[in-house]
Amino acid sequence: MLSENVFVIGAGETKYGELWEKSLRDLAVEAGLKAIENAGIYSRDVQILYGSNSLAGIINGQENIGSLIADFSGIASGNIPAVRIEASSASGGAAVREAYLAIKSGEYDVAVVGGVEKMTDIFGNEVLDMMSSLLDREWEAFFGATPAALAAISARKYMKDFNVKKEALAMMSVNDHANASLNPNSHFKNKITLDQALNATSVAEPLNLMDCSPVTDGASAIVLASERYLKKNKLNGMRILASAISQDYLALHSRNSIYTLDSTRIAADEAFKRSGLKREDMSFVELHDSYSIYGLMELEDLGFAKKGEADRLVEEDIKLGGRLPVNPSGGLKAKGNPLGATGVGQFVEAFLQLNGKADKRQIKDARYGLLQNMAGTGSTSVVHIVGGD
Amino acid sequence: MGELSRIWRESEHRYRLMGNRCGNCNQVFFPIRDVCPHCHRESIGKMKPVELSGRGEIVSFTIVHDTPPSFVRQRPYALALIKLDEGPVLTGQIVDAENDSIEMGKRVRSVFRKIGEDGKSGIIQYGYKFVLE
Repeated sequence: MLSENVFVIGAGETKYGELWEKSLRDLAVEAGLKAIENAGIYSRDVQILYGSNSLAGIINGQENIGSLIADFSGIASGNIPAVRIEASSASGGAAVREAYLAIKSGEYDVAVVGGVEKMTDIFGNEVLDMMSSLLDREWEAFFGATPAALAAISARKYMKDFNVKKEALAMMSVNDHANASLNPNSHFKNKITLDQALNATSVAEPLNLMDCSPVTDGASAIVLASERYLKKNKLNGMRILASAISQDYLALHSRNSIYTLDSTRIAADEAFKRSGLKREDMSFVELHDSYSIYGLMELEDLGFAKKGEADRLVEEDIKLGGRLPVNPSGGLKAKGNPLGATGVGQFVEAFLQLNGKADKRQIKDARYGLLQNMAGTGSTSVVHIVGGD
Repeated sequence: MGELSRIWRESEHRYRLMGNRCGNCNQVFFPIRDVCPHCHRESIGKMKPVELSGRGEIVSFTIVHDTPPSFVRQRPYALALIKLDEGPVLTGQIVDAENDSIEMGKRVRSVFRKIGEDGKSGIIQYGYKFVLE
């Protein structure tokens, strides 16, 4: 029987940051159990588990993440299916989508998605080589490309073609830090000034340290359920109104444009079409701003600004009290970017916002949220629209 | 050593810029593709090797400061997207130039260079970099 609607009924996450005392499995289990408790169900009620992770195979030498999480969450004895979904830094969004589809198909009524990344088990800049596996290893990374370098290449041309000042990029990071300072789970708690954002150590010109998301440990988890399960158990939830995913060429150099994210544009159009909502209906957006330039490109490709004009939104509109609050969680720059957890973490933020439980960073009358999660330089984008009655 | 065959099998493409051309729509690809992303099955069996000139222009570039361990000795280095005259865009370093002299739109040509090495006694990897014309 097809399930009409799919809901998120619980959410939980670890603190994001450099969590030296916690292992991959510690993080995954902590987030998963919090989500299950928050949903008000029991582990035995879970029918399928989706683990979301990007780099544990090379960072931690651990694959088979689905089994690992199920085992140490104490549900191995229930023998439920547990698999890992991998789509690079879009793993989280992709895993939620798989759970959404599994419930929508009528096959399952309750699913857990647990996203986790343990990145600080590798020292120094070795992690940069591993993160470069998000790119085309043989034709980008082999020649010295890194994720930041390719974002910088997009940024330089974008800034020249549209006459956009570096300040516009920096404002994305200033906004992320301002919001993260109000989020107890965020990697960074400090606000930054525009001056600090503009004058940090160079990473890949024109991008500096304050344009780049950090290396973060963390885990986020949510519980999804069918409408009939909600009704039967008299539970409330956040409705997933639309789920869309799209794909582009793997390498930046193969794309139609180096500053248009076709995968984001197509997934967003699909999500808006399916939800029947308009851009102006959104109470907030969570963007995949792994690099500040992507925040601007995404606002445009999601349809909130014309190409080259997102800089008009960064002064006032994107703030918490603005017309279109961006990254109330603190975003990838300041809440942090634990790759496999990042996209699931966006759902945790939306769940808090739409339930009025986001405390100091609560957006007034939040009704609908848009969540955009992206792989690498844009090879995959997942867009979800959540909320409503 | 798995690493050896991984590097060796791309030598022709990286040393001589061997791409290929779709016999159906004539678009040139680098790196080579077994199937044309525009013509799909109509291109199967019609993808023909073509040696690229290595000449083109800078689409955009960056100066990389934060690098993986294997590139630390080269930093800061210029990395660019180069649009070759035959059409394909590829990613490579720009060398033998002051970083200040690199600009979008400038003409470049490819040169054969060492790209990296697998430790002190491991294999040395070669391929293309670019110089300003």
